[in-house]
Amino acid sequence: MTHSGRAPAAVAVGDTHPARVIGPITQTDIVRFAGAGGDFNPLHHDPEFAARAGFPRPIAMGQFQAGLLAGWVSDWLGVEHLRSLEVRFVAPLMIGDAVTVGGEVVSVEQREAGQLATVELRATKDDGSLVVTGRADVVVSAS
Amino acid sequence: MPVNADFEGRSYPSTKPYGVSAAKIREFAEAVGSSDPVHVDRDVARARGYADVIAPPTFAVLIAQQCDRQLILDPEAGIDYSRVVHGEQKFVHHRPLTAGDSIVGTLHVDGVREAGGHAMVTTRTELATESGEPVCTATSTIVIRGGE
Repeated sequence: MTHSGRAPAAVAVGDTHPARVIGPITQTDIVRFAGAGGDFNPLHHDPEFAARAGFPRPIAMGQFQAGLLAGWVSDWLGVEHLRSLEVRFVAPLMIGDAVTVGGEVVSVEQREAGQLATVELRATKDDGSLVVTGRADVVVSAS
Repeated sequence: MPVNADFEGRSYPSTKPYGVSAAKIREFAEAVGSSDPVHVDRDVARARGYADVIAPPTFAVLIAQQCDRQLILDPEAGIDYSRVVHGEQKFVHHRPLTAGDSIVGTLHVDGVREAGGHAMVTTRTELATESGEPVCTATSTIVIRGGE
């Protein structure tokens, strides 16, 4: 099936897109994702449970951070052109943390699926420490 | 090891169909800040060649995590969920999940290994339509922390 609506973007190695700042993360942000994603582990909303697990405050679920990374890259290059996305969970994101999501194109290659750009992704806290890293392979147009 | 190593190579029966809805796609997109109108506006999605709104890239986890529960809750696997930490997640998209899809998931345990007293389990969920069209492959690696 051919989709003609949104053309693949023309990108080159080193290209980027304005980073997105989210937060400071609130309990409401986490609960909204819990409802949307169906993860009701009390670690993400019960302060006493989080304390027993060794966290001063409830933490967001890794899938929340993964979703933020994915949303940034798919809003930029088109969700229908995203072929794969992998994320590595590095450190917890706690209520009160702000997170900056961004990345850049690290390679553009002709592959079986077409012209594919690899975008390296990262979410960092205000102190620069990593929360989650990832990479996405996205179909782009030959430039 | 805090998991039964014999589970490597095991597969589970396909799950009951999950109905992908426009309302759930909208909720998910709003929760992760995906602002492309293709997630919420059917006319935009149609103009881009889809029958209805399409999901953000990690929406597949809703279905994949239901599949993973078969392993985590399997008493024979011996996994203590309170010791589980999510390590990595990968999605390979064959096409976007679309409102109106009816999706079944098949869980495969691809790897069980030990590292430094912890267990690492890699699972792969193949998501397909009820008629067998592949939609997404979701791979997840969890770490089950060993005892102190």
